[in-house]
Amino acid sequence: MSKVRVLAGTRKGAFVLESDGKRTHWHVSGPFFGGWEVYHVKGSPVHPNRLYASQSSSWFGQVLQRSDDGGKTWEAMGNKFAYAGDTGTHQWYDGTPHPWEFKRVWHLEPSLTDADTVYAGVEDAALFKSVDGGKEWNELPALRTHSTGAKWAPGAGGLCLHTILLDPRANGRIYTAISAAGAFRSDDEGVSWHPITKGLHSNYMPDPTAEVGHCVHKLAMHPSNPDVLFMQKHWDVLRSDNGGELWTEVSGNLPSDFGFVIDVHAHEPETIYVVPIKSDSEHYPPDGALRVYRSRSGGNEWEALTAGLPQKHCYVNVLRDAMAVDTLHDCGIYFGTTGGQIFCSPDGGDRWQAIAEHLPAVVSVEVQTLP
Amino acid sequence: MIRVVLPAHLQTLARVPPEVQVHVDGIVTTRAILDALERRYPVLQGTIREHGTLKRRAYLRFFGCAEDLSFKAPDAPLPEPIARGSEPFIVLGALSGG
Repeated sequence: MSKVRVLAGTRKGAFVLESDGKRTHWHVSGPFFGGWEVYHVKGSPVHPNRLYASQSSSWFGQVLQRSDDGGKTWEAMGNKFAYAGDTGTHQWYDGTPHPWEFKRVWHLEPSLTDADTVYAGVEDAALFKSVDGGKEWNELPALRTHSTGAKWAPGAGGLCLHTILLDPRANGRIYTAISAAGAFRSDDEGVSWHPITKGLHSNYMPDPTAEVGHCVHKLAMHPSNPDVLFMQKHWDVLRSDNGGELWTEVSGNLPSDFGFVIDVHAHEPETIYVVPIKSDSEHYPPDGALRVYRSRSGGNEWEALTAGLPQKHCYVNVLRDAMAVDTLHDCGIYFGTTGGQIFCSPDGGDRWQAIAEHLPAVVSVEVQTLP
Repeated sequence: MIRVVLPAHLQTLARVPPEVQVHVDGIVTTRAILDALERRYPVLQGTIREHGTLKRRAYLRFFGCAEDLSFKAPDAPLPEPIARGSEPFIVLGALSGG
């Protein structure tokens, strides 16, 4: 029988949760790297027991960990993330120029074809790549040095590159998203980039339709349909049917179109999930009720999924990397909260159960489906 | 041998006890101690000093012989008891509360 392994990054360490395909009983191990912030843990699709974890701390900086046995043991890899060449400046919160400074790795994206190749999205926003299993890291500098880079400004969480999507057609296409710069696409494995923000509208910008400055919170793609992208922006849920060349809002009947996560059902490319958050000044669910919203039509028409989720006095947030799906026949949906819960729905969102409670605030959730 | 006391998180990371010993050739300075420490425990590279600039990380201080050694020039000789190994060179993290 297949099994699933959930990889959770939290403010105080990483946790690994495992279950069989029924997904009713869970074994929780951890914390790994206790007391450190773990922004992301992700496994290689080539060798699923190869895991990469971003461990960081305001005191001690960045550590990059690797496991080759599914998270039982870990080894520290290289942690030198040096920007290439003259770093220049980006815009600071107050609009003044500010030098690029490496702070942490937000997101790790292992290659679809080589277990030793992995990409890292970092704060201050840049894309790094390792081809030796995480020992050495080199920047793909064309993104940070894009002609718009000096105009990028941080969101409240920092100037972070938080999303990396690799096109499964092996055509060299990579998507990235940066708060609060926008979304970018490379068609040549990161050698060059261009913003993909046409159709975005952000009222907090002097020019709401400017090429950069949009606070994109997350992008999602279904591997069978990689030209279709879904976006949760600071405000607005959007889709693109042409690789990000043009975006259309699909917020529809959502109670709030502010939120962080967005993901796609493993077997239904037009079934998508978001967790609406009341506003950017409150950062908790509307009405104190934690509701996942599902659209089976690729947006616009949404239904609330509530069974098993707290429906009163719930004031948690669900951060941008904290939702994932498994690929079992009955697609499992998972998300983590800043209140330390991880919820699982083993049936595409109809019923939910907490598979962990009382963890530190959950920053990221990934899922592996294993034989 | 020079005695170095590490904060708890770095003990865990380097898989060492609270105090380690390193050998320094020549004049015992902050730079020489940290160079020796990172040679012996490469996993500590970047965690006490920033990569590249080798600046002390903002939330860390260096103490020893009841002195704050954080602002000594990296190549300035450290107090004799540290050089002799009778007193430890202490890497201390900023305290955090809740």
